[in-house]
Amino acid sequence: MSVSIDISFKLNGVNVRTKVTPGMSALEMLRDELQLTGTKYGCGEGECGACTINVDGQSLNSCLLFAADCDGREIVTIEGLATDARAEALKKSFVNSGAVQCGFCTPGFVVQAWHMLGKTQHPTPDQIRRGIEGNLCRCTGYKKIVEAIADAGALLS
Amino acid sequence: MDAQVATTERPAAAPVSDITAVETYVAPRSLAEALELLRAGDVTILAGGTDLMPQSKTGKARFQRMLMNIQRMHELRGITEEKNFVRFGALTTITELLDSAMVKSRFRALWESADHFASDQLRNAATIGGNICNASPAGDTLVPLIVFNARVVLARKKDAAVATRTLPLSEFFVAPGRTQRQPSELLTAVEVPLPPNDFVSEYFKFGTRPALDISTIAIGLGAVRSGDRLTDVRLAFGALAPTPIRAPKTEAALNGKPLVDAIEAALAAAELEINPISDIRASAWYRRELVHNLLRRMLDRVGKH
Repeated sequence: MSVSIDISFKLNGVNVRTKVTPGMSALEMLRDELQLTGTKYGCGEGECGACTINVDGQSLNSCLLFAADCDGREIVTIEGLATDARAEALKKSFVNSGAVQCGFCTPGFVVQAWHMLGKTQHPTPDQIRRGIEGNLCRCTGYKKIVEAIADAGALLS
Repeated sequence: MDAQVATTERPAAAPVSDITAVETYVAPRSLAEALELLRAGDVTILAGGTDLMPQSKTGKARFQRMLMNIQRMHELRGITEEKNFVRFGALTTITELLDSAMVKSRFRALWESADHFASDQLRNAATIGGNICNASPAGDTLVPLIVFNARVVLARKKDAAVATRTLPLSEFFVAPGRTQRQPSELLTAVEVPLPPNDFVSEYFKFGTRPALDISTIAIGLGAVRSGDRLTDVRLAFGALAPTPIRAPKTEAALNGKPLVDAIEAALAAAELEINPISDIRASAWYRRELVHNLLRRMLDRVGKH
């Protein structure tokens, strides 16, 4: 049996308190303890980006983040983007471009693209490809995803 | 709670344990507090977590009874320019290196290693101190840091005071995953002397894809060009020996000699300085071929300017 750690943090704008174990990842906490299953478990080792979340303004792989390290931080997951304007533009452009097939990688791509468009509103295709180099899609390929992100940037201006 | 009882006879090296052996989690805010905890012993240090988390899942990492998260220690953050050197706090992220115009202009090879480092999500989490302490022979920032004569600053509590020692990074690595850091010490910063203004440097990483790849080999080269020769030559290799290494004999073969005549001797010297293994990424033979061809290409490029 392992020790239990009390943590509190802001999750999608709401203060939450929970108990975690030392070895628990933020991804396991979100999905198994807090029932936020929009963030996906893909590889579990930082290779695929399906578990991308935003922590204090930075996108991170939640599978590599210790849940205990969420204490005191501000976390945004795909669920927290439901009413956000930048995420709304991404949602529309992903649908319009057909950038979704099975959809498993989509939350990770959207959270990462949301982060990228926050830093650079009109990224070049090269910047987009660099920005999503940590996200894998095994269905559609990346062309439509890159297009969708560029379109979302354009929609926002 | 594990029924493990601490005794004074307990050996210094704790037994192999997985993450469930952790009995206490702490997140100190000050160096003094952290060093006090480290003095008591049996501490696993957590920074960005990008290496420690997968190692905890596969059972590769050994966990002590206390897990200490150092991410709340603000004094370990930030890039500071001193008179003759730049101080990188241990918690400087790879993104911070990549976003720094100073790093890009003064420490080009280091900036290039940050540019080739994993992915945005990982660069935002991974720290320079963690990359060093994980001590992978293929660690991305290690090769350029060795080229720039980086020193690591290690702090520990001695009596009531904080004692620090400074070690050249090239002497810090002992074996894969092992360093000279003592269990009571914390790596607080990396100090990198400013190179001469006309120092040029390059980092080359060979992998099968540009992103999220572990180096098959890495080469860092730096020098000052003067006419047809190079001076102040500094060369380091990654993933070509049990630790990242400096290549002094190859440097000597190049230093101050007309480059065109020196290249063959330098390649022969490099051949003797590396000690590659065969693994999942490449055979030892292939790694040697890579060094031979890519070091030549780098020297050609540096010489041509």
